[in-house]
Amino acid sequence: MTTAPILTATGLKKEFRGFKAVNGVDLSIREGSIHALIGPNGAGKTTVFNLLTQFLKPTAGRVVYRGRDITALPPADVARLGLVRSFQISAVFPKLTALANVRVALQRKASLTTQFWRSSRVLSGLDDRARSLLADVGLESHAGSEAADLSYGRKRALEIATTLALEPDLLLLDEPMAGMAHEDIGRVSELIRTVAVGRTVLMVEHNLSVVADLCDRVTVLARGEVLAEGSYDAVSRDPRVREAYMGSEDA
Amino acid sequence: MDARPTDLMPAAAVPARRSDFNRALYTGLAVLGLACIVAAPFAIYPVFLMKILCFALFAAAFNLLIGYVGLLSFGHAAFFGGGAYASAHALKVWGWPPELGILFGAAVGALLGLVMGFFAIRRQGIYFAMITLALAQMVFFVCLQAPFTGGEDGIQNVPRGFLLGGLIDLSVNLNLYYVVLAITAFGLFAVWRVVHSPFGAVLQAIRENEPRAISLGYRVDRYKLGAFVMSAGLAGLAGGTKALVFQLATLTDVAWQMSGEVILMTLLGGIGTLPGPVVGAALVAALEHYFATSSFPVTIITGLVFMACVLLFRRGIVGEVLHRLRRR
Ligand SMILES: Nc1ncnc2c1ncn2[C@@H]1O[C@H](COP(=O)(O)OP(=O)(O)O)[C@@H](O)[C@H]1O
Ligand SMILES: [Mg+2]
Repeated sequence: MTTAPILTATGLKKEFRGFKAVNGVDLSIREGSIHALIGPNGAGKTTVFNLLTQFLKPTAGRVVYRGRDITALPPADVARLGLVRSFQISAVFPKLTALANVRVALQRKASLTTQFWRSSRVLSGLDDRARSLLADVGLESHAGSEAADLSYGRKRALEIATTLALEPDLLLLDEPMAGMAHEDIGRVSELIRTVAVGRTVLMVEHNLSVVADLCDRVTVLARGEVLAEGSYDAVSRDPRVREAYMGSEDA
Repeated sequence: MDARPTDLMPAAAVPARRSDFNRALYTGLAVLGLACIVAAPFAIYPVFLMKILCFALFAAAFNLLIGYVGLLSFGHAAFFGGGAYASAHALKVWGWPPELGILFGAAVGALLGLVMGFFAIRRQGIYFAMITLALAQMVFFVCLQAPFTGGEDGIQNVPRGFLLGGLIDLSVNLNLYYVVLAITAFGLFAVWRVVHSPFGAVLQAIRENEPRAISLGYRVDRYKLGAFVMSAGLAGLAGGTKALVFQLATLTDVAWQMSGEVILMTLLGGIGTLPGPVVGAALVAALEHYFATSSFPVTIITGLVFMACVLLFRRGIVGEVLHRLRRR
């Protein structure tokens, strides 16, 4: 319990034309943990993700990753440091095959990105690694399918495989199970547990039984502010949280 | 997420067959086309053919940007015209040999692309089109005012010179035709190479889903700028070659109408297809040629053809043909 935080945010604020979507959020993510960020719709969870990964610049506040202030970095450079995010709306390259989707991530790791004079056939050297990543998420038989043709659950799995190709230290998953069929939820939940070994995961998730089952620590966000933080049990006993968020689920 | 036994055909088989089919189609067309192209100057006036080749190269350069990066530039005349002026100046005033003069045009095009791209590349959609137009208009006014461009007259009587240190006399149209053919072939190959390279794969990923490419650690602006500079360099190459063929560089080459014309050619032929810009360039050049002598304004004719094409085949001529063949 004494491990240093891998990511800390202090006093994060984001205003959209005067509207305080995120209003002074402090966050500390322990290395190696699975940390959940929960809260009602519109609480500012996705905005916090955007601020942590620098897809949005905060109005105020700082983000420190492994002791380094990343608040001024462009989002691509944040990803290069090993802090990789997924998106709430599934983010695949729709017209590429599943295999080619994963290869896009592997390409950068292999520094096969700027060679404009070489044949793209050199990329087939990445196929074995891409196939094994697809196998890790149960997509080995869909390697040749266009991403656009995959079911919703498979798209999310493909996204995770692509993210893992970068071997990130910290994964930020925005509602990885939203809109998934029941049997897929169990699978992806297991998948996250597996990939979290040796990594840190911060995830936004609405399905509270998944959160209870998976996460070491929970931060509750409401109206852009942190309402409570702690273990799932402690947080779910907090009367303010029950009032703001869990009242109906807890009956 | 397991494999369904009802998946009759392994998914991997479909794209493999499709690419086999494409390869056969392209090879067949290429062989036929090559025979026609080599024999063409004996049947058709070579200068007219060279004009088509220059515009085909110009359109292919433009297509690299709109078809494979998804950026609509409304300022490509700056690179084409800049390349034409640069080559014309190098050939006439500095007395450079033609191969160096044309390369200089390409270099100036690329350099202009680097400067313009630096200001424009972060803009999206219509803002990108507007800022490229504005910057290209600045280039136009520089060309109008600067002493070395010859103002309204342009640079005339550019010497064609001799290639390879005097070996090939380019004042012979037939000789020049094969040189221009080689330059255009090189340019088209360069576009093809870039599109089907690791760099091209990154460009495609950026076009498909830019935020995702960023989240995977790609500094997308640099890749776009790289493609922009390549496109501008090839447009400069086309402009320089045009200056050699017509022995002339004028304000027409840098005017905004030229940017419009290359958009028209590429749309007509088919955005994002490799032969599309060639077909579009040939069609527009042919229309302009055959209606140039009529009393009817040629811009209205091309406008009508353009509208008919957009209504009949939205993918452009080549795009539509490929689409129909594939569907079968
Ligand atoms: N780009 C934006 N411009 C204006 N308002 C925004 C923007 N992004 C988010 N918001 C607002 O900020 C609030 C928080 O949104 P969000 O972070 O998406 O919430 P959550 O992910 O918790 O559901 C919402 O009220 C939303 O309407
Ligand atoms: Mg959200």
